[in-house]
Amino acid sequence: MPLTQNDFAAIGLSLQLASLTTLLLLLLGTPLAWWLAHSRRRWSKRLVSALVALPLVLPPTVLGFYLLVLLGPHGWIGQLTQSLGLGTLTFSFSGLLIGAALCSLPFVVQPLQNAFEAIGRAPLEAAATLRASPLDSFFTVVVPLARPGFLTAATLSFAHTLGEFGVVLMIGGNIPGKTQVVAIQIYNHVEGMHYAQAHWLAGGMLLFSFLILLLLYAGRQNRQGWS
Amino acid sequence: MHDPAQIQARFVLQHPGFCLDIDLQLPGRGITALFGHSGSGKTSCLRCVAGLEQAGTGYLAVNGDCWQDSARGLFVPTYRRPIGYVFQEANLFAHLDVRDNLLYGSRRIPRAARQVALQQAVDLLGIGHLLQRLPGRLSGGERQRVGIARALLTSPRLLLMDEPLASLDLQRRQEVMPYLERLQRELDIPLLYVSHAPDEVARLADHLVVLEEGRVRACGPLQETLLRHDLPMFQEEDAQAVLHGLAGAFDEHYGLQAVQLDEQSRLLQPARQAVAPGTPLRLKVRARDVGLSLAQVQHSSLLNHLAVRVCDWQEVPQLSYVQVRLQLPGGQQLLARITRYSFDQLGIHSGQALWAQLKSVSLLNG
Repeated sequence: MPLTQNDFAAIGLSLQLASLTTLLLLLLGTPLAWWLAHSRRRWSKRLVSALVALPLVLPPTVLGFYLLVLLGPHGWIGQLTQSLGLGTLTFSFSGLLIGAALCSLPFVVQPLQNAFEAIGRAPLEAAATLRASPLDSFFTVVVPLARPGFLTAATLSFAHTLGEFGVVLMIGGNIPGKTQVVAIQIYNHVEGMHYAQAHWLAGGMLLFSFLILLLLYAGRQNRQGWS
Repeated sequence: MHDPAQIQARFVLQHPGFCLDIDLQLPGRGITALFGHSGSGKTSCLRCVAGLEQAGTGYLAVNGDCWQDSARGLFVPTYRRPIGYVFQEANLFAHLDVRDNLLYGSRRIPRAARQVALQQAVDLLGIGHLLQRLPGRLSGGERQRVGIARALLTSPRLLLMDEPLASLDLQRRQEVMPYLERLQRELDIPLLYVSHAPDEVARLADHLVVLEEGRVRACGPLQETLLRHDLPMFQEEDAQAVLHGLAGAFDEHYGLQAVQLDEQSRLLQPARQAVAPGTPLRLKVRARDVGLSLAQVQHSSLLNHLAVRVCDWQEVPQLSYVQVRLQLPGGQQLLARITRYSFDQLGIHSGQALWAQLKSVSLLNG
């Protein structure tokens, strides 16, 4: 078998990071996307939209650098976590999770916002006249109608986190079993001239990412029967 | 203090470029039409009643229950108001089939409060064959009927309809209209009906509110309000009167249905089939279809001649017509649009006895 124990640990860690990031982002990104889709405060909306989109254009090293500073022992957040007895989050899995979530935020918020905007207020008004409370109508009307948006958001966030490199390297480092994800491990193999092993991991990621996107687009086509 | 069986609505709503400022007392039963051109505020008014829009200053009480009172900071959210709302575009849930659309609201009210059964609503609107379909596979008329049934199934204490026929072509409109009339006959739910079509108003409404630029121009029983000289609908091409009558005998040979308007006034109306004697009927008579003469015209092809008295008249400014308001012996009124020349020739004066010839009358129901 060409894969080492560290490779398997890296694969496991990558999958864990991607799933947890996606879960976290769906929980936090949904209300944010909802607010962006429905708020009438134009300026705060523009501000937040621009902030959310930043990770799309910034090199992950920039994001990683600031996170490193913030989360580190002298940063605000670092001081806070230390005073709470949590230590610092840098070079830990929790730190990775925060970094990955920030990087993938636009991939969750933007499709959800688009989906919510496309649904519009009309179905919500209909639900309200049929006695559904706002929360009730969110789960019984918005979520089913926005299902393609949720699917896109989850897939993109998962796939993007799986491929995250820069931010992980900056704040997580390269600790086997703790912060060493597949993307980093590929880099290690290439650095060590182990091209065969790099091929196995890189090829695997390529295939996996392609399959995920293929599934996503296939799912989208099938949904077009509606509306 | 107030008669509880009524609707009191007072809203002041400011939007950029538009202001709604109304104060209405409406009957708590029957069909009330909110009539006006687009931009008159009729839809905003309905949305305020539903709570879909919150008027900054507002008071709303429906048959004894207060839903909004800005003075007390009271605003009952839409989902806590016992209303049924029919949207202009039906607004069905695209992800649910017709059956689940229908049950969406009724599942959310207590079992004890369910007064309309699924089967009853389905039969009333003739949608039994559509239950398994998704809204995307329905025609416009079918969608609208499902929308009405869905609203009924919440057993509302007040029905609100926002131009439910506006998005339909003439044929679909004819398809849905009878269901609306049945609704009124079979379920005693007060209905606020927004429309900009005089025909719909004449056919359905008992009470009429005319809105103009966010204000109430007129408000009263349909028959009286239609005849008011000061309203734009009076001056327009299709100025009309609505008459109530009871079905009389049916002449099989000529296919003519008699309609008794009062003890002395009877109309004959071509009809395909007999209406059961005694059935209340509603007729529309357009002002331009009524001619006047001093004596009863003999040997005419026109069937309907009614003895009337002149109440008053009004010149129609842009057209060289005079519109004369006439009263039947039983008190019902109609309009005649005649030229100013004829007006002078006949020497029309108040209280004058005349004969009205009706070129055409349309039966609005039955």
